[in-house]
Amino acid sequence: MTKPDSPVLLDVRGLHASVAGVPILKGIDFTVRAGEVHAIMGPNGSGKSTFSKVLAGHPAYEVSAGSATFQGGDLLALEAEERARAGFFLSFQYPIEVPGVANAQFLRLAYNTVQGARGKDELDPLEFDDFVREKMKLLEMDPAFLDRSVNAGFSGGEKKRNEILQMALLEPSLAFLDETDSGLDIDALRIVAHGVNQLRNDRNAVVLVTHYQRLLNYITPDFVHVMDGGRLVKTGGKELALELEARGYDWIQKQAA
Amino acid sequence: MSGALQTLIDQPYKHGFVTDIETDTVPKGLNEDVIRLISRKKNEPDWLLEFRLSAYRHWLTMSEPEWPNVHYPAIDFQDISYYSAPKAKKKLASMDEVDPELKRTFEKLGVPLHEQAALAGVAVDVIFDSVSVTTTYKKKLADVGVIFCSFSEAVHEYPELVKKYLGTVVPPSDNFYAALNSAVFTDGSFCFIPKGVKCPMELSTYFRINTQESGQFERTLIVAEEGAQVSYLEGCTAPKFDTNQLHAAVVELVALDNADIKYSTVQNWYAGDENGVGGIYNFVTKRGLCQGVNSKISWTQVETGSAITWKYPSCVLLGDNSVGEFYSVALTNHKQQADTGTKMIHVGRNTRSTIISKGISAGESNNSYRGLVKIGPKAEGARNFSQCDSMLIGSRCGANTFPYIQVQNNSAKVEHEATTSKIGEDQLFYFASRGIDAEEAVSMIINGFVKDVFTQLPMEFAVEAGRLLGLKLEGSVG
Ligand SMILES: Nc1ncnc2c1ncn2[C@@H]1O[C@H](COP(=O)(O)OP(=O)(O)O)[C@@H](O)[C@H]1O
Ligand SMILES: [Mg+2]
Repeated sequence: MTKPDSPVLLDVRGLHASVAGVPILKGIDFTVRAGEVHAIMGPNGSGKSTFSKVLAGHPAYEVSAGSATFQGGDLLALEAEERARAGFFLSFQYPIEVPGVANAQFLRLAYNTVQGARGKDELDPLEFDDFVREKMKLLEMDPAFLDRSVNAGFSGGEKKRNEILQMALLEPSLAFLDETDSGLDIDALRIVAHGVNQLRNDRNAVVLVTHYQRLLNYITPDFVHVMDGGRLVKTGGKELALELEARGYDWIQKQAA
Repeated sequence: MSGALQTLIDQPYKHGFVTDIETDTVPKGLNEDVIRLISRKKNEPDWLLEFRLSAYRHWLTMSEPEWPNVHYPAIDFQDISYYSAPKAKKKLASMDEVDPELKRTFEKLGVPLHEQAALAGVAVDVIFDSVSVTTTYKKKLADVGVIFCSFSEAVHEYPELVKKYLGTVVPPSDNFYAALNSAVFTDGSFCFIPKGVKCPMELSTYFRINTQESGQFERTLIVAEEGAQVSYLEGCTAPKFDTNQLHAAVVELVALDNADIKYSTVQNWYAGDENGVGGIYNFVTKRGLCQGVNSKISWTQVETGSAITWKYPSCVLLGDNSVGEFYSVALTNHKQQADTGTKMIHVGRNTRSTIISKGISAGESNNSYRGLVKIGPKAEGARNFSQCDSMLIGSRCGANTFPYIQVQNNSAKVEHEATTSKIGEDQLFYFASRGIDAEEAVSMIINGFVKDVFTQLPMEFAVEAGRLLGLKLEGSVG
């Protein structure tokens, strides 16, 4: 449901960004209010991942113009870790592997760091173990993943579940899920979508970057945007996704041109 | 981000201070007269003077090794003073008699020299420059027949034992630096664990180089008789100087039938400044001889200091079923150079060896693993497993692996695995996106990387080593 009266979580105005000197984002306007679900679709290479990484604060991406206001503050002035502590979350399209670092240890450090920054209690290893196992149940994850190295040797689907587990632990106010559905089988998709829905409330919001309607069958978007050439070239309701699935992107690209 | 990474590892050396104690130093230069002077100052028996002189004569015929992957200006061996001892050298009956200045030095270093150390169950044979100042807990060890004393003391108190084993594992002619050490060594440690005795505590030596431009030539000899067991800890720090200091120690271990020696080192000598000026040259020969059947020698090292490290703790597996182990973490930063590894020489039947090497390179440093696994013709059923992993921090450092494998027995099994990984921007960004800053991320990744080695360290040493890596990696992230 659209929430015209609820507070604005994220407000992006005229955002331009480049990487390695190449301009990728060419003027993005994007507003997310608490309680909303947005979907961003668009052809490969159109800039969807770049947009989410710029917002998350990846140091390789340079913002050349525009602004991003998050919960009333200047998002772009914050370091990546400060954005995470403030409640911005990115589920990576390609989560990186960290051999040698136990997942449990990593998850606990992330959890305690974010909790600490929010003035909340941290958990010791035993308390955390109980806590994280509960969250894993929600995602039907085997606790064995706690003892393995972060994402190392995980299948594509396992990595994605581990991302959503982190979302469940960190309880962000705004979560960007970058192609979290890619690589998930039907059952996993249902479980992950269910997990995301459980975390939703009227104070947070979700942005789904996806190519597929099937995810949107589980998590109904209030807005569907089409990214092309580093711009959001079309915005509509949930029916736009169905239309895209049926007709592809050509007609929009022609319209936009 | 790579700039932030750099500040993080550019932590200045914390132990860079000079202790103000009067020292007795011989003039620079090396010749037979200097060797005679050293021997006389130490009141040595003739056979030891002869040992030194013959080593010296052999050394004159040798030249410095050029094969290590390290580069440094030529060393002028005549520009080094070969002997330096604290002047107040009288025997001390208790800790109260130790020079308060020296005590403060150790406190700054965090060395638990005072009673707490003893209560913690660690006997500390403190090496200050080249002469042992004090030895604690000797009595408790003596009760079970363990000898743990300075090398000089052993020469006087237990000459037969020293004479029997000195140079049997590392002969004076072994290599250039071993020959030099054999000619001019000043002091070190001696341990003897008699038949059937399990040493009741970990034996620990803290080394500290103090006098500027005094070469350091320690000599350590550890003998474990049949069925004996010992764990020996060596820890080092050095103050900050502008001129390079040569350090060429020799460590010999002998394990008889069913004996077990565990030798652990944490090394944090001055590595030079960020431009590579100053710092210790560490050219060490460490070797263990598994002489008896079922004997075992295990080396664990955490190398974080020195401008140049050239060091290959090795095992000669002579006894049937004997076991050799090498666990190593070598961290280099700035312009540090390390060429380190091990040699596992399988001579006896069913001998086994394990090599776990973890190299961490940062800054513009260069970190090489060099290892030899040799299976002799009689080493029926011998086995080796080697794992050599390198971790790069930033893009200006280097890591190399030089594994040499020589197998002369068909029944042997030799396995070698190697990986190289990099702490890159994307890994740090992943941590950052979960609220974790670069400093903590690097520390967590490094700790994960070295885990397999750190679990081999004795408990209290693992803590110290963890702190040491943390110290190398801490700093403000800007
Ligand atoms: N680090 C980078 N260096 C150079 N080009 C990049 C980099 N990251 C992304 N790009 C380019 O930016 C464009 C957008 O990529 P991306 O944001 O990943 O698209 P999407 O997620 O929509 O598929 C692509 O043309 C891609 O090649
Ligand atoms: Mg993408």
